[in-house]
Amino acid sequence: METIKMKNYFFMDMGIMLIRSMRHVFRSLDTIITVTIMPIAMMLLFVYVLGGAIKTGTDKYVNYLLPGILLVAIANSAGYVSYRLFLDKQRGIFERFHSMPIARSAPLWGHMLTSLVSNVISLIVIILVALLMGFRSSAGILSWLAIVGILTLFTLTLTWIAAIAGLSAKSVDGAGVIAYPIHFLPLISSAFVPTKSMPSGVKAFAEHQPVTPIVETIRALLYNQPVGNQIWVALAWCITIMFCAYLFAMRVYKKRL
Amino acid sequence: MQNAIQVKGLQKSYRQLHVLKSVDFEVEKGNIFALLGTNGAGKTTIVNILTTLLKKDGGQVTVNGFDVASKPDSVRQSISLTGQFAAVDEVLTGRENLVMIARLRHLSHPREVTDDLLQRFGLSDAADRRASTYSGGMRRRLDIAMSLIGKPQIVFLDEPTTGLDPEGRIEVWKIIKELAGSGTTVFLTTQYLEEAEQLADQIAILHEGEIIVSGTLAELKKLFPPAKVEYIEKQPTLEDIFLKIIGNKKEDK
Repeated sequence: METIKMKNYFFMDMGIMLIRSMRHVFRSLDTIITVTIMPIAMMLLFVYVLGGAIKTGTDKYVNYLLPGILLVAIANSAGYVSYRLFLDKQRGIFERFHSMPIARSAPLWGHMLTSLVSNVISLIVIILVALLMGFRSSAGILSWLAIVGILTLFTLTLTWIAAIAGLSAKSVDGAGVIAYPIHFLPLISSAFVPTKSMPSGVKAFAEHQPVTPIVETIRALLYNQPVGNQIWVALAWCITIMFCAYLFAMRVYKKRL
Repeated sequence: MQNAIQVKGLQKSYRQLHVLKSVDFEVEKGNIFALLGTNGAGKTTIVNILTTLLKKDGGQVTVNGFDVASKPDSVRQSISLTGQFAAVDEVLTGRENLVMIARLRHLSHPREVTDDLLQRFGLSDAADRRASTYSGGMRRRLDIAMSLIGKPQIVFLDEPTTGLDPEGRIEVWKIIKELAGSGTTVFLTTQYLEEAEQLADQIAILHEGEIIVSGTLAELKKLFPPAKVEYIEKQPTLEDIFLKIIGNKKEDK
């Protein structure tokens, strides 16, 4: 009987956790700046300062740039997931939840859901700004759904990686460190400039890391171009990393109990 | 009458370190039970096992009649834990913290329960301020208030007054006495022997992985008859008893 009751409450409990961490997001100016304002500033900088000198082969640089900016925004949010998880662990909040009659994994899933919801909000804001800057897409509803799917997958992948860092960190600084390598991936990819202008070593890295196929897929979907096998490479990267990170994070989470 | 907590032969090791060798004790319903011990004696380990946060290696542990290993959900329904660090969400206000816990306990009127607790714990004026602005004593009061939502039958308080000023400590003592007065069983760990002397109906001393003495304060005092010095009869304080027992044990080895 007990177990049946717990199952019924799982989504409700997760919802309560979601409301809680969304308050953390909205009450932290720092988080809002990093996940929304910074990517917008970067977009302005690249389009209006550097864009004139970048040859991408597309008519408008903002069209070329937007997918990369979206990934940068998601990457920026990963460090905060790690940070929030770490604080919950350190301050005994998890202990409080775990000694209550609620599903064990509800607190963790609450953080995952928060990451998704807060990214949806920041990405919508960024896309609205891009529209003001002249971004236009010829994508139909199916393409947009595919884009949402890929962005969700990318968010979950980074969030699970961030969860490992947050749950196993020994200090706040340690929890945030995960953000740095993640920040660099979009920079060394085709997100800002085509890879063909890069020196061969960098080009090899850029073409064989997860961000490039994701960016290329989103770009192709936005402008009605064939996605080719980039989409499969992108999915394979995301699903493999997400699955490994999920298993590892769950192991760390359960060990903490 | 069935005991609120029953522990027999409890064992727990961290790798090579045998923190709990064989721990036995019982807590009667409605009593305040104080577990004493030096830092690192394993008090928190016992609390974590009793509150289902940690798995035991051996022994029998029942809380409110439920086995902690086979019926953890039923145990969690019966208890609440106030850990060593005030586990309040600092970004939320006092009220939001309480409402959150009331919702997680699936109470039908979370707002009313919250208003009532804010009043009772003298937090009404600070209710809509973020918990990060609270003093140590207020934070601890909020923490304990959160633990009382849903009226758990057994309340675990792991060093509830550590880091509090004397005033804050007396406030917490008052809360604990009221709790026990209303029939709640209180399991308390503390380093302050005076605290146990003030509050506890039953006292147990954990030392080197075992409960070496347990009983009421009067029983404990009987173990050490007053030392007859020339003309003053000096009653041993609990502190004397504690240090003496630990000292004797060390000599035995």
